[in-house]
Amino acid sequence: MSAVTNPLVRQPAGWILPDRGKVAMACLIVAESAIFTIFVVAYLYYLGKSVAGPTPSQVLQTPIFYSACLLFSSFTIHRAGNLLQRGRRDRFLAWWVLTIVLGGLFLYGTGQEWHRLIYEHGLTISTNLFGTTYYSLVGLHASHLVAGLTMLMIVLYFGVTGRVTEDHSPRIEVLSMYWHFVDAVWVVVFIIVYVIGR
Amino acid sequence: MSTEVIPIEALQAAGKPWTETLHEWVTTVDHKRLGLLYIVLALLFLVVGGVEALIMRIQLVHAHNTFVSPQVFNRLFTMHGTTMIFFVAMPILFGFANYLVPLMIGARDMAFPRLNAFSFWLSALGGLLLYFSLLGGSGLYGAGNAPDVGWWAYAPLTAKAFSPGHSSDYWTIAVMLSGFGSVGTAINIIATILSMRCPGMHLGRMPLLAWLNLVMSGMVLITVTPLTAAQLMLLVDRYLGGHFFDTQAGGSAVLWMHFFWIFGHPEVYVLILPCFAFISEIVPVFSRKPIFGYPVMVGATICIGFVSMSVWAHHMFTIGMNSYANSFFTITTMAVGIPTGIKIFNWLGTMWGGRIQFKTPMLFCVGFLFQFLIAGLTGIMLASAPFDWQLGNSYFVVAHFHYVIVGGILFALFAAFYYWYPKITGRMLSESLGKLHFWLFVIGFHATFDTMHIPGILGMPRRIYTYEPGRGWDALNLVVSVGTAIQAIAILIFVWNLISSYWKGARAGNDPWDAWTLEWSVASPPPAYNFASIPAVASRRPLWDLKHPEDPDSLYE
Repeated sequence: MSAVTNPLVRQPAGWILPDRGKVAMACLIVAESAIFTIFVVAYLYYLGKSVAGPTPSQVLQTPIFYSACLLFSSFTIHRAGNLLQRGRRDRFLAWWVLTIVLGGLFLYGTGQEWHRLIYEHGLTISTNLFGTTYYSLVGLHASHLVAGLTMLMIVLYFGVTGRVTEDHSPRIEVLSMYWHFVDAVWVVVFIIVYVIGR
Repeated sequence: MSTEVIPIEALQAAGKPWTETLHEWVTTVDHKRLGLLYIVLALLFLVVGGVEALIMRIQLVHAHNTFVSPQVFNRLFTMHGTTMIFFVAMPILFGFANYLVPLMIGARDMAFPRLNAFSFWLSALGGLLLYFSLLGGSGLYGAGNAPDVGWWAYAPLTAKAFSPGHSSDYWTIAVMLSGFGSVGTAINIIATILSMRCPGMHLGRMPLLAWLNLVMSGMVLITVTPLTAAQLMLLVDRYLGGHFFDTQAGGSAVLWMHFFWIFGHPEVYVLILPCFAFISEIVPVFSRKPIFGYPVMVGATICIGFVSMSVWAHHMFTIGMNSYANSFFTITTMAVGIPTGIKIFNWLGTMWGGRIQFKTPMLFCVGFLFQFLIAGLTGIMLASAPFDWQLGNSYFVVAHFHYVIVGGILFALFAAFYYWYPKITGRMLSESLGKLHFWLFVIGFHATFDTMHIPGILGMPRRIYTYEPGRGWDALNLVVSVGTAIQAIAILIFVWNLISSYWKGARAGNDPWDAWTLEWSVASPPPAYNFASIPAVASRRPLWDLKHPEDPDSLYE
């Protein structure tokens, strides 16, 4: 009897509760923040405690362009959401694609930096404490970005096949919350790793 | 209110093949069935974890016993702790929350039924993986090998060098999966409570059970995740050659302790808050009075939620922190006693002047009040850093936290079983068996855990597989072990009661206890859709209003 849904469920007037999708995403963000906090604490705690090189100041280069890409993508996804709410589906898709491109660029930047660190400086996750904490923290962020990009691309697929309408606007907003969160985490990681950590 | 029934004939056809029933249960997304699955899973693991405890107690029954080897003993206490916390206590409390929260707030299901099923099966997979380590821990080379690093899994015990094979990996992944499941369910409970309440149920009119589960779920979000993060680090260390907890490369074993206990201590409150919730629902009904000090109860709960986040390092007094840290964690730990004390006084205030009915659920509640108070008092003793230096890592500590978990949590759970079993199955549990269960369990519990404090004070360390005779521990350990046997018999009576009452128990009807919350307005067991029409409420006790239209609560709140 589990599959029964009653078609008569209706919300009485004047009794409006928060959207469950947004509540759930807010909760997920709280939970994820706790995970990132632990990794950030570990990074800060182990700063300068590596018994062998290389050190952050020797090898890290500030990825200003790619960070700007990611920050700008927060704006583009917000714009896309607004356009969808107003029913401008074509322009929504254009801004959506731009968001994916910007996110992809950032991911490419991370990959490029890791490639440089590994092949030019011989820094891997097992080289020293800096390597362990750096790749874990940045990698944890990058994996969240990959998850976000995957979801964005699923929406893109549905958008291209014409199945995303203004009715889906609340769900797009939920996804947009996640994307803003991933951006905000990068601001913290950027400050910790590239500003304080050097 | 919601007494009509929507007939669903096609689905009620009798004589379904059992495979179809099984398929329905495995694929279910109904909050009541998932709640039951959680509870059944937890009861199975309770038996397993209980047998592990019994084996340990047989080993310790006299000095120089050789019932199990030291290696097996290490695995036993690791598996016992991990099982009881992650695969008994968490799932059983989530099971009750799953079953009761939507019914009590007048919703048809949880906010995310499929996430609910996903979370349950993740937790179940975690439990299976933990026990698969018995086969897979040594990669099937030779003898079985379960994790043996203790449930704290302190570094560097978990390093590859000291924990070869895969037993620690099974432990890590099992606990991590259970963590993902917990976070999923916590998100679900919060979204359900905030977004699915029936019309008229403002936050101030919610049953306390919903309030306490809301705070508990909020705590799960920020306390279980640090453990997940620490487990990720441990996996990086073990598989990718990282150095997070590798002291030879500058890593810190103490950092693992902090990360573990940032999870570990709030976890105790995550477990006890739903138990407070049971007590807060059951005590008023059997005292025939509304709960005393509802707003203060809510405030105290939120207060516990906050303060308990800043007490974790009282588990680490013995590793040698500086005096500021010691003072801070002593003060915060003692401070938790204040909101908890408020709660105890509120329950007493509820009982005061009431026409108390000592049915089995109420007996367990009263047992809870006494024992939880004593557990709290030994907690205050251990919160004092100098006292803890003396007794840390002794059987006194073991006695203290079992007093909380068995004397508090398990007693509240038994109360909940006796109280809501009629709603879940439509049959009453036997009162006489219930009272026998209660008294036997009280005797066994006190024989075991009161006595256990003394060898701790006399210097018996925890986690030892045997001891020298003639230190004054022998007779005490014998009493402790006999007590566990009495508890085991009481549990068997309980299980027999659960099974036999399902077939032979008296019919319960919708509302056997003359209670006041919404779950008692629907049939027992409730139909799949819960409420034929969504109810609307005007006070904290909607069924009181319904039964006493001449004097409804809504006039006074």
